[in-house]
Amino acid sequence: MASFSQFGNDLYTGKRSFDFVKHRRIWFTIAVVMVVAAIVVPFLRGGFVFGIEFRGGSEFQVSQPATLDDGSIDQSVAVNAVKSVVSGATPKVSIVNGGDSVRVQTDLLQSDEVDQIRDALATGYEVDTNEVTSSFIGATWGADITRQALTALAVFIVLAAIVMALYFRTWKMSVAALIALFHDLVITAGVYGILGFEVTPAAVIGFLTILGYSLYDTVVVFDKIRENTSEGTSRTFGESVNLAVNQTLVRSINTSVVALLPIGSILFIGAFVLGAGTLRDISLALFIGVLVGTYSTIFIAAPLYATLRQNEVIVRNDDKKKTSVAARTTSGAVR
Amino acid sequence: MARSTPVKKAWRSLVWLAVIIVGLVGLNAAGVLFSGAGWTPKLALDLEGGTQIILAPKLESGQTVSTEQLDQAVAIIRQRIDASGVSESEINTQGTQNIVVSIPGIPDDETIARIESSAKLEFRPVIYTDVAATSNVDPTPEATDPAATPTPTPSLATTPTASPTDASDPNWVSPALFAEYQDFDCSTLDVAQTNVAPTDQPLITCEPDGAGNYTSKFLLGPVEVAGETISDASSGLIANSQGVSTGQWGVYITFNDEGTAQFAKVTTRLFGFAESDPRNRFAIVLDGKVISAPTTQGIITDGKPQISGSFTQQSAKTLADQLKFGALPIGFEVQSRDTISATLGSSQLLSGLLAGAIGLILVVLYSLIQYRTLGFVTIASLVVAATLTYLVVTLLSWREGYRLSLAGVAGLIVAIGITADSFIVYFERIRDELRDGRGLDSAVEAGWKRAIRTILASDAVNFLAAGILVALAVGNVRGFALTLGITTIIDLVVVALFTHPILQLLARTRFFGEGHPLSGLDSRALGAVYRGRAQFRAPVGIPSSKQVTSSREAAKRQTIAERKAAEAEAAGRKPVGTKGKDS
Repeated sequence: MASFSQFGNDLYTGKRSFDFVKHRRIWFTIAVVMVVAAIVVPFLRGGFVFGIEFRGGSEFQVSQPATLDDGSIDQSVAVNAVKSVVSGATPKVSIVNGGDSVRVQTDLLQSDEVDQIRDALATGYEVDTNEVTSSFIGATWGADITRQALTALAVFIVLAAIVMALYFRTWKMSVAALIALFHDLVITAGVYGILGFEVTPAAVIGFLTILGYSLYDTVVVFDKIRENTSEGTSRTFGESVNLAVNQTLVRSINTSVVALLPIGSILFIGAFVLGAGTLRDISLALFIGVLVGTYSTIFIAAPLYATLRQNEVIVRNDDKKKTSVAARTTSGAVR
Repeated sequence: MARSTPVKKAWRSLVWLAVIIVGLVGLNAAGVLFSGAGWTPKLALDLEGGTQIILAPKLESGQTVSTEQLDQAVAIIRQRIDASGVSESEINTQGTQNIVVSIPGIPDDETIARIESSAKLEFRPVIYTDVAATSNVDPTPEATDPAATPTPTPSLATTPTASPTDASDPNWVSPALFAEYQDFDCSTLDVAQTNVAPTDQPLITCEPDGAGNYTSKFLLGPVEVAGETISDASSGLIANSQGVSTGQWGVYITFNDEGTAQFAKVTTRLFGFAESDPRNRFAIVLDGKVISAPTTQGIITDGKPQISGSFTQQSAKTLADQLKFGALPIGFEVQSRDTISATLGSSQLLSGLLAGAIGLILVVLYSLIQYRTLGFVTIASLVVAATLTYLVVTLLSWREGYRLSLAGVAGLIVAIGITADSFIVYFERIRDELRDGRGLDSAVEAGWKRAIRTILASDAVNFLAAGILVALAVGNVRGFALTLGITTIIDLVVVALFTHPILQLLARTRFFGEGHPLSGLDSRALGAVYRGRAQFRAPVGIPSSKQVTSSREAAKRQTIAERKAAEAEAAGRKPVGTKGKDS
């Protein structure tokens, strides 16, 4: 691993440097294309698919179901019965009063599907079809939860912007960080829309985690930028920002790897071993979000901040002075 | 051997950490021994199952429930349940009339009462009062204004003799109503559950004491201040006029502007009656029962009255929560109460935990590869973080009703991965300082100063998110936010009270201090060139400007020996300081 720490050294000293700031037009173009795609593609596909928790659904109640030999009730019978009618469904099955009945909740169904599922449940649990009742259930994640969550989100974004502006002593860092955050959230949500995955509360919670993570990651890198740009150096503003991003690159890589390893293994087991469900929903949102969040700090937030500051009179004059000094004394640039 | 300050500080921090852990374990143990808490966190509905309560509206014949009323009721019930703790309950409508509340575990009567009672609060003036009929000793109304007492006529007219001028006016009381009042049996209230009258009509009702026996009955005027005008409510110990606590629990109410004006008007009028006159009193009626009927001892114009009655700490809090979130548009009663099993089998939880374990093993391997022996510090820090998280979650599930859902478990595993970021930020800062040619001791101190700034700033963002979501959001989002807040605080505690002190101590060891290649802090591999004890030649490849800033920094901290060495070095080399384009 000497090579990796050598890599770290070179990035730190500036011997090796990636031009994140210089080539910003490329990154900004990519970002705009991805954000547009993340909005347009799900829209073309017909919008997001919301889960039973958001839209409500159908509920079946099977009275006096047949038990297994040990007196317990097999929940998978109900799952299979629903899947035989609506493939890809993820019904929630619970046993009521230790065996009096089985409660099955599914997404909202057509009335012919309801009848088919009633038949399938009756066959599966060896009861008469009349013993299977169905009803509509409302959303557990109602409009009131969404409204409160959105209010909280708005308050958070405003306060976070103020806190960052106070800490960094410039509102431009807040703007750059929030634009990167917007990019992350749109793309993470877009992936759900593009893959056609159902949006469940678990996915929303993953989404909210990303909200925190994206800003967190940006603050770490911005803190290094703050340090570098407040020191008197011979670098132009853009170069100072770029050096800071390069110096924190090893941290960014290590952090994202360390964060992605547990998320990745939960995603793998959730998606391939268990299939659709809570684990897949939360870890997919997190996986994409952490990747995009780390990416956007480096390729969007930092270059954007440099752009925002570059046109300030003080920074511009300072940069001009430094470039001319550098041109005079440089016989060979250290790069 | 006299210890130097960083070592002393390091040991002090570690002792504090031990105190915190022992304290948490002790609290938990106390909970297990005395309050039936457990050593494991409680699980949420999806993993453990719970109770499903179906509520049906109490409708009079011909009355129907609209979808809006049902949605409103769901929202209010959700807020009431949330106010009692973070339980990850599920509340939804079923069919066109019913509300289903699913709660993990088995709810007690207090919880059921909290959910189903409508909590309609009314302030009505007292016209007549009497001891309750169930314990009736003296049937004559106490100290009523004889002039105002209508004489019951044989015909018992159902309309009052004159139209009333205000809500306290005895003219509200028709002879028939007065007869009904005199014959009223308070025990019928228990059968009817509530006693309602239109808000613009008089009401006959009773006041129960703490044990549920009715002590007095009332004939009340029309509603003068309605519960809808309450903007906030809280519970606490009631203080008397001298500000001394009476030891009695009560509810503090804050009215909105409309309520404040109405309340001031009522108290002004009631204060005009003699204190012995029952019409000096006003009754606070909750769901048709009087919870308290205090005398008016002053004109209340600030809109912040306090209600005392036969409250316990818990019932006061319940009422305050109910008042704060508003009355249900309709009353509900429990139609059925069934236990339900978990919707996710234990296999899901096990798979999640297995996945988490695999992920953490990968994290361990990666840390060891990246940071060599230093990786063990990461691992130890993660173990400490995991221990603290487990203890805090267990405590919260005992004290706050916090429940772990599968999403919560996944969130915690992931958060532990993200916690590692603080260590990475810190280690990289130390490495940066080593690259600048510092000895390990000072690199640890200087790296820490810079790292903790970054860690504090970035954790502040996370904590802000958590705090706002806990305060404003409802339902599952609140549970998530609590988890985020806990892990953020634990992250700070671990990095400050464990990772940093351990590194301070390790920096004194030969293995780390001399930068063994396997220590992960090998200054040679990091580009600083080691020349002898505590001396480094300026590493090749460092831009001159960086040397300027770092040497400026280093010069401030040089020892005499270092300064001499530097002078000797400077004599043999060109002084650094010429500037070149360097990035």
